[in-house]
Amino acid sequence: MTESVETMMRPVLEVSDLHVRFPASRNWLGRPTSHVHAVNGVNLTVRAGKSLGIVGESGCGKSTLAQAIIGLAPYEEGRVKIDGEDFQGAQGKQKRALRQKMQIVFQDPQSSLDRRLPVWRLISEPLHIRGGRSRAELHEKAEELAVAVGLRPEHLDRLPHEFSGGQRQRIAIARAISTDPELMVLDEPTSALDVSVQAQIINLLLKLQRERGLTYLLISHDVALVRHFCDDVAVMYLGQIVESGPADEVLRNPRHPYTQTLLAAAPSFESPLPDIAQVRAGELPNNRHLPDGCFYKQRCDRISGGCEAGQVLRRLSDSARHVRCHLAQA
Amino acid sequence: MMTTGTAEPRGQALAINNLSLEFPTFSGAVKALDDVSISVGKAEIVGIVGESGCGKSVTTMAATGLLPKGRYRVTGGTVRLFGHSTLSMDDSQLQDLRGKVVSTIFQEPMNALNPTIRIGRQLTDVIMRHEEVGPADARRIARDILADMLIGEPERVMNLYPFELSGGMRQRVLIAMAFSCNPGLIIADEPTTALDVTVQAVILRLIQNRARRTGTAVIFISHNVAVVSQLCDRLYVMYAGRIVEHGATRTVLETPQHPYTQALLRCLPERVAPKQELEAIPGAVPNLLQPPSGCYFQPRCKEAVEQCRSQTPQLTGADGQQVACWRRGVAVELPEQGGRR
Repeated sequence: MTESVETMMRPVLEVSDLHVRFPASRNWLGRPTSHVHAVNGVNLTVRAGKSLGIVGESGCGKSTLAQAIIGLAPYEEGRVKIDGEDFQGAQGKQKRALRQKMQIVFQDPQSSLDRRLPVWRLISEPLHIRGGRSRAELHEKAEELAVAVGLRPEHLDRLPHEFSGGQRQRIAIARAISTDPELMVLDEPTSALDVSVQAQIINLLLKLQRERGLTYLLISHDVALVRHFCDDVAVMYLGQIVESGPADEVLRNPRHPYTQTLLAAAPSFESPLPDIAQVRAGELPNNRHLPDGCFYKQRCDRISGGCEAGQVLRRLSDSARHVRCHLAQA
Repeated sequence: MMTTGTAEPRGQALAINNLSLEFPTFSGAVKALDDVSISVGKAEIVGIVGESGCGKSVTTMAATGLLPKGRYRVTGGTVRLFGHSTLSMDDSQLQDLRGKVVSTIFQEPMNALNPTIRIGRQLTDVIMRHEEVGPADARRIARDILADMLIGEPERVMNLYPFELSGGMRQRVLIAMAFSCNPGLIIADEPTTALDVTVQAVILRLIQNRARRTGTAVIFISHNVAVVSQLCDRLYVMYAGRIVEHGATRTVLETPQHPYTQALLRCLPERVAPKQELEAIPGAVPNLLQPPSGCYFQPRCKEAVEQCRSQTPQLTGADGQQVACWRRGVAVELPEQGGRR
């Protein structure tokens, strides 16, 4: 790590006011008449070499956010900057160059790897697409990457089905780091794995981050994992960030009512099972028609005057975190 | 607890004694269970934890006759479910037991419900199969139990199809179905793995409250040790088809004695400082076609000595905590208590 402090603090990912919506129904002309509002105004910044965790329940928009960031989901409003450059506005060569700077690792390596390609082809495919390398060079590079993620060179000619879930996830990681990306989006990378294998994969990702200065965006529902793995965390609810800040601080002493509920419900060795009333489990509100005012007010137990107005994500005066709740801000 | 006699111990819901089971394949027999003994008292909540493929589901499926006929071989041991010897029962006898004496809640509710039949009908079918009631009474019972599972507007839900419900609702319907004939034992096989944490907490509470109130015994199968610690009175830790440790939940989790249990707890991110390396368990689960000699954990164990390779350790110790390890009490290093928060 010989880079100067300045380059280390450089934002690799900047998302500003991102809205992602999908057409839910269309009229006879094929024009959308209603939308599913998946991401509703997200701002976030991830600095080089840091990790940001996104937590939230299923349907809160965390995976859509990840897909919009790497360009898999189109958006009309907002901006995603990779290394200071606007991704959606980029064209041609510039867009391809930006795309090489980010990679994604999916939850299920069973379905994200082509089952007919040998491991060396899977790992080197992003480089093959970039072009300019011979087969022998690709094979050599694949071998180097395989070793970096803890696979053995003799594995290179095998097919994905010959591997265990943990090894397949190693293949997916090797493939992701092949283009030397700056940003890696990890979408629930260990949810399908046993805890002992999860530990191996998490160790590998942390090691790669130390060695290569990778920047991670980790999408997860596992609060303990995010606390361990990430520098910062953003908690999402109905397509909005409701609380963000240093992971340890936010997850130890949550200030937004939703974060508090989420943490009370997370299984833990230290606390007994919470009461049903305490959890306030409920369905997420329908995201075809976004609620007025605070998105969380239907489930919140501390509702008061002021919740009728839309809430703003604002920095708390006494800490480094942002909370979208007028009660915490007061 | 380790009684091998044929007499049924008093107050036992389920007593599995020294059960060994294998699946014949073309390349040999897969020894899925080896000498597994599990006892569940009436009204007790017992957890079985272990990683994929350790035999936790096979154990309970064998005990309730759910394994495919002719695809497995019981090579030893007995199962007593409220005095019934399920291993020697035929299909119709087992069907009388399932639902009435023992019910299972599976992980994926969409696969356990019939997608083409309304919820109400699926519930009343089960109730009318086992209870002497007419359709109207069955519907009333179904409605009450759905309400007990905190399903708002049970009448409306009973007229819906499974696809119209969210995952958490479907799982509550399945729990309602499992409890509907007041069985003495509920087997919950990873019932919350596919759900969000807030829904999971509610489901666990519903199972716990109802079981405590009705005196139903529960076997809770999970790979999530934290969940088991919140729910269960006792727990069994399984590894490669054997029970390696069991005892009171608190005791086992606070002072784990088997190196595998210790390793399993050490690799959880909860117990390690941020960004520190987690203690992954080296190697992989043994191939049960050719299991290693002696202790199955021995190839991955840091403590292993010659005896571990030559002889299979038996579960020993008082009822509060039993461990199958030769090195127990010798040089077993406990995880740092300070690491817990």
